[in-house]
Amino acid sequence: MILTDAEWAVIALSLRVSLVAVLLTLPIAYALAWLIARRRFPGRMLLDAAVHLPLVLPPVVTGWLLLIVLGRNGPVGSWLEAAFGITLVFNWLGAAVAAAVMALPLMVRAMRLSIEAVDRRLVGAARTLGASQFKAFVTITLPLSLPGIAAGAMLGFARSLGEFGATITFAANIEGQTRTLPLAIYSGLQVPGNEDAVARLAVIAIILSLGALIISEWLVRRSQGSRAHVL
Amino acid sequence: MSFDVDLELLVGERRITCALASHAKLTALVGPSGVGKTSVLNAISGLLKPVSGRVTVSDDVLFDSDRAINLTPETRRAGYVFQDARLFPHQRVEANLAYGEKLAAAADRWITRREVIAMLDIGDLLGRWPATLSGGETRRVAIARALLSAPRFLLLDEPLASLDPARAERLSLLIERIRDELAVPILLVSHSVREVERLAGHVVEMG
Repeated sequence: MILTDAEWAVIALSLRVSLVAVLLTLPIAYALAWLIARRRFPGRMLLDAAVHLPLVLPPVVTGWLLLIVLGRNGPVGSWLEAAFGITLVFNWLGAAVAAAVMALPLMVRAMRLSIEAVDRRLVGAARTLGASQFKAFVTITLPLSLPGIAAGAMLGFARSLGEFGATITFAANIEGQTRTLPLAIYSGLQVPGNEDAVARLAVIAIILSLGALIISEWLVRRSQGSRAHVL
Repeated sequence: MSFDVDLELLVGERRITCALASHAKLTALVGPSGVGKTSVLNAISGLLKPVSGRVTVSDDVLFDSDRAINLTPETRRAGYVFQDARLFPHQRVEANLAYGEKLAAAADRWITRREVIAMLDIGDLLGRWPATLSGGETRRVAIARALLSAPRFLLLDEPLASLDPARAERLSLLIERIRDELAVPILLVSHSVREVERLAGHVVEMG
């Protein structure tokens, strides 16, 4: 399958946006997963629900909320611009932020399952051997939940690759900046005579997404047995 | 006084009380299963917070509800050998042994890794993963790991349970050696008086 330079550029942009989205979300998702899995506090159910919100909310609503909060006139957006000179609307970083928010619930889910699978009694054993709470977390919980972190990252990556609604709402559809694979396919469909290009991009999207899903499922099964799953 | 314990615990809905005072080098806490013996060990090690009471080991106060003393598990320095061993599955035997050893202050250590490995005869197991060890091997490694963490005292939870007679006898001899050769008070939990007759200088019945 021969791709044009413009199509390669779309794929490269998609991979970059998704990679940055996953890196942005990784520490936040793990912290949330740990809180929900291991702590009991008032408002835990609300936090759990809020984390899962992007999964069920219309993506266009998520994009609109991002626009309100992170747009140039938004409370966080105007602060980012004043303090760091960073704007998120209409550029690839904005596309990454939109993808990150949409990927968050899936990543938290995978990581939470793997943290819950870590035997808490091992943490107790570490404490009696002289480990502080933090030391026990770093030496026991973190390494034992590593497969879940990797699986969650792959899932988040797959989700980011497919992100459309929040991205087009928040970051718009700008070639070379925010026109990732799904947006390029959508744009291709708007103009007659692009059927071949659309088909090529769609096949790429399927291959990338399937690959990411299979890798994440394989990571979890390899470490937690054939009956464990992340999906 | 090696162990001076007077505790009231709440495990779920159940209230558990335990009082024992012993000068013996090895004290056995005996009672039918489900009476709360393990919960008592958890409370002594600091993993379970009692409702009230006090725990003193070798004149160190670890817990006293009246004086609001409650040391964290890592500062109590309990050499807790769990019934299910709880070896870290992602670390080889050698790393399991080193875990508590590295965390212990140099001044607190009273036995070397070489001595422990020789005493428990686990030199051949160092490169193995915990999942590949037999029941007897697992328990010996767990005892070694506890000894190397520079403990003030040992807590042994059913150390002879679910081992065949030959392995139980071997481990029993080992515990005798630890009792006689090392200056560390031991509290051993068992469901059978017969099992601990030979080992214990003082037997406390629970339940």
